[in-house]
Amino acid sequence: MIELPALGWQSIVIFIVFALSLLIATYCTYAERVIAAFLQDRVGPDRAGPYGLAQPLADAVKMFTKEEFFPGGANKALFVFGPCLAMITALMSSAVIPFGNIMNFGNNLFFLQGIEVNIGMLWVFGVVSLGVYGVMIGGWASNNKFSLLGAIRAASQNISYELAMGMALIAVLMISGTLSLRDITLQQSVAGEWHVWNIVKQPLGFIIFLVCAFAETNRTPFDLPECETELVGGYHTEYSSMKLGLYLFSEYVNIFVVSAVMSVLYFGGFNFPFQYELRDWFVSNQGWELASAQNLITLLGTVGLFLKIFAFIFFFMWIRWTLPRFRYDQLMRLGWTILIPLAIFNIVLTGGLILAGVI
Amino acid sequence: MQLTNRAKKLEKKPMTLAERAYLPAIFQGLSITMRHFFMKKATVRYPEEVRPFSNTFRGLHVLKRDEQGRERCTACGLCAVACPAEAITMVAGERKKGEEGLYREEKYAISYEINMLRCIFCGLCEEACPKAAIYLQPDKMAPPRYERDEFIYGKDRLVEPVSPDERSVRGIQLTADQATTLRTRLA
Repeated sequence: MIELPALGWQSIVIFIVFALSLLIATYCTYAERVIAAFLQDRVGPDRAGPYGLAQPLADAVKMFTKEEFFPGGANKALFVFGPCLAMITALMSSAVIPFGNIMNFGNNLFFLQGIEVNIGMLWVFGVVSLGVYGVMIGGWASNNKFSLLGAIRAASQNISYELAMGMALIAVLMISGTLSLRDITLQQSVAGEWHVWNIVKQPLGFIIFLVCAFAETNRTPFDLPECETELVGGYHTEYSSMKLGLYLFSEYVNIFVVSAVMSVLYFGGFNFPFQYELRDWFVSNQGWELASAQNLITLLGTVGLFLKIFAFIFFFMWIRWTLPRFRYDQLMRLGWTILIPLAIFNIVLTGGLILAGVI
Repeated sequence: MQLTNRAKKLEKKPMTLAERAYLPAIFQGLSITMRHFFMKKATVRYPEEVRPFSNTFRGLHVLKRDEQGRERCTACGLCAVACPAEAITMVAGERKKGEEGLYREEKYAISYEINMLRCIFCGLCEEACPKAAIYLQPDKMAPPRYERDEFIYGKDRLVEPVSPDERSVRGIQLTADQATTLRTRLA
């Protein structure tokens, strides 16, 4: 059991974590457009700032200056609350993600993590599942039956894929025996042993988790909540200006969070191969103190984690501009009749392997 | 009812396991898009980077001067007659004493206007001109404007400027500041 440090210095870390998640999500909107352009042999946004890097700023200005529109007869309070809830839930789930190991200055310990709780994974799931309410409330408050239909579709999709996602996760929890994201990370590299990431032990579980992550974040090929062809536009048809911006932006925050969770659960989080050997080399050959060598390793690990996250974010966008959208019945069939049975099979398989002492 | 014998009977084969698994097709698609990620871009960054015009390109009109800087146009009206879109209008005038350095012959155009909204850039005016006065430049386009009356090009914008300072960029007459910067750059 790790003692929670006194709030104070740790709050700086919390601030940085939130600022980072927002910044990365902001630049995801830019990255999406650039990557889309590159995949389609175009150049992409390059007018605002050098290489178009001020594009998110320009988008924000546009969103803020657009007309605020409320549909007639809509419940205004709920109408505003919907996108706020989507954003809040997306941001809250980033609180427990460990972005790095512990930094040690003198006797002050810094957790490179918003909050360290031993129910981290449960927290992420609980908060992410609340995101459905943002969609539902948005569709309901629009006072538009097509938006409501879109919201219902989105909600049923999110719920059905959350089940399979949770079941894929259970196999990881069986291996690690803990819900704390930090402990799950640390168990993927034990000093003096082989550095084995969970992806090696859980290939099937990872694929299920990945597919469900796409559906959870409403990304292509599962972006049915917002489609112009089958619905008029989806649950946010009636939304305009920054309220729509919040919905779209929360999608990118979700992508960031899900990428981080996947990196932590399956790709070793802030661990990288030979980290303990590197630390010992600094201590024994360079004469560093153990604490400062550990700090260096922690920083390198944080950089490594962000590289993993960026790779996942790129993968999300790569998929989006490659695959066409699923049909709704295909989506539902994949979720209920393929992924959930596969996940259950994975749980049984993992249990058997643990009993047999293989993993 | 069978109309021809050419109809092919299509057979829908059951999908193989790899096709049903869907994943190989996904990876194939991903590899295709990834290849395009590194390909040469088909677009150019337009205002900075301009594609070369074709050899037969006909752009914005210019009224030429002769070697001594006199206007070649004698307002004979053949270009206006040749113009299928009826975009050219002109008023002829008589050269006065002391204006020999300005106009080459006794008759000249007091006003000469081309309506760029009507012009179809066919180049027939250029072919009709007996004095080699009007040309369609091969490297300049009529620039976009916001107001309709700005597309009526008068002599101020059509006649070739006397000094290189007053050269125009994309058909727009340079301001004094722009001319200064251009002169410093050319020097």
